[in-house]
Amino acid sequence: MSHTPILQLRDVKVAYGAIEAVKGIDLELAAGELVSLIGANGAGKTTTLNAIAGTLGISAGELLYDGKRIEKLPAHKRLRQGLALVPEGRGIFTRLTVEENLRMGAYCRRDSDAIEADLERVFAMLPRVKERLQQVAGTLSGGEQQMVAIGRALLSRPKLLLLDEPSMGLAPLVVEKIFEVIRSVAAEGVTILLVEQNANLALEFSQRAYVMESGKITLTGSGADLLADPKVRAAYLGEV
Amino acid sequence: MNELALAVPWLGKRYPAAARWVVIAIAVAAPLIAVLFGKTWVRILDFAMLYVMLAIGLNLVVGFAGLLDLGYIAFYAVGAYTFAFLASPHFDIHLPFWLVLPAGAACAAVAGIILGLPTLRLRGDYLAIVTLGFGEIVRIFLNNLNHPVNITNGPQGINMIDPLVLFGWDISRPLRIGDEITVNSLFLYYYVFLAFVALSVVLIQRLQVSRVGRAWAAIRDDELAAKAIGINTRNMKLLAFSLGATFGGVSGGLFAAFQGFVSPESFSLMESIAVLTMIVFGGMGNLAGVIVGALALTALPEILRYVAVPVQQAVFDKVILDPEVLRMLLLSLAMIFMMLLRPAGLIPAYSRYSRPELVVAKAAGEDAAK
Repeated sequence: MSHTPILQLRDVKVAYGAIEAVKGIDLELAAGELVSLIGANGAGKTTTLNAIAGTLGISAGELLYDGKRIEKLPAHKRLRQGLALVPEGRGIFTRLTVEENLRMGAYCRRDSDAIEADLERVFAMLPRVKERLQQVAGTLSGGEQQMVAIGRALLSRPKLLLLDEPSMGLAPLVVEKIFEVIRSVAAEGVTILLVEQNANLALEFSQRAYVMESGKITLTGSGADLLADPKVRAAYLGEV
Repeated sequence: MNELALAVPWLGKRYPAAARWVVIAIAVAAPLIAVLFGKTWVRILDFAMLYVMLAIGLNLVVGFAGLLDLGYIAFYAVGAYTFAFLASPHFDIHLPFWLVLPAGAACAAVAGIILGLPTLRLRGDYLAIVTLGFGEIVRIFLNNLNHPVNITNGPQGINMIDPLVLFGWDISRPLRIGDEITVNSLFLYYYVFLAFVALSVVLIQRLQVSRVGRAWAAIRDDELAAKAIGINTRNMKLLAFSLGATFGGVSGGLFAAFQGFVSPESFSLMESIAVLTMIVFGGMGNLAGVIVGALALTALPEILRYVAVPVQQAVFDKVILDPEVLRMLLLSLAMIFMMLLRPAGLIPAYSRYSRPELVVAKAAGEDAAK
């Protein structure tokens, strides 16, 4: 693991009007890491992720990506630098086919040969998706839609992948499959920041994790340490 | 062309090339058939062509980019008044149409951006309300800008607008071929409008399968996801508004030249709704559907006007239901039945809309398999 952080948040605040949803957080990701951000509903996890992706502006603090400030960069330019978001609730294009959805991921790329090669790679990773290329994406099951959303993000060749609750609303068996995919993406060297409510699973999968509570980061540590932490177990894993 | 050809029943999927010629033949022969029922019908066809342009322009905004615009007629008004200002005795300016029409289109495009900028963050109902307000504001401005300085001549409107003069050829005068044949200007206008419609259709089809078209589809389906795959959603939405408005502006300019007269009452909210109804009725997002919808809903009320009155007189000896009342009634009924039976419109947008050739290939393949 290299020590140059690919992403750094310094005292980042995000507000919706007068309401501050993220109240000054510090976060750091090294290249190649799989880090998760866990916490209860309304803790500010999705807001944090959207602020990193640029779909939300920050009200204070610094956002550094690859050592450069990016807080003024609009979302579409951040993607061009390798920062891809898989939005909450999957956010696929329901009226396009699966193949069109995937190809939309390469919207900003011009290297058509490499795009075809990347498509093949994504197919290899997501065999279920390959079977349904010509199907309208809105008719897929939730798990398949999530896979399409991840596959689409991969086609932009991200260096850093932001995943927002990939397990949301999915059956346990499907969630397991999704996490397998995430692991194989990580194995290819993509840095991943994962937001999850399913703390147990997220902590098992991640090298490190941050725990968020009402807009602040309250705990951080390795996945295994946090899993063993009684406070975490009490608050997020349903143990008393 | 592909989409229109595909929409031809039976023939379209089997022999797309033949269907294409059928569409062209109908388009060319339409006024010759219409004139058999009287010249009024040719005039109605002329108007139908203007509505087709409006409908495909609005479809670009609503059907492709998913931005519900209830004030679209304002762009038609901007195009029409620009034409009236620059080619009428009102300011005593008489510029040639090849300057005036682009000027109208450009003004409408700017108006589109003016509407787009403050509404970038609005969607659905909220956007609809603001655009509705915009349409009304434009109309009210046109109605009241006659003092202190008379710009629009208020409710009286502007008349004696110059007709279309194509490179020295005034198409508002009958064309004489030899001594025997004269071609009424209604026909000439029809073919000029048809040419504009054909050009628009080609342009819009190219747009739809371009990167821009795909970006619009993405924004329509999920704006956040569109941002997340690197689409500059702000610019793409502004582009949709201004390009859509451009078609409205051109159509408005042609309308002004054709009528020779513009007044604010032609640009009421009901007109915006009528155009929106055409695209919903025909099939939002599908070019062929939108064209058929515009033709059907322009022709239906007129047919009603010419059929309902004589029929009522023949049956009841008097007119019980005014055709205007009947028109609203039947239109509403038609919409209700459409929503129940074909909620996606007469010719629904197919999912693989970005590559029509796939649909042709697939249909051919299915037939081969039979």
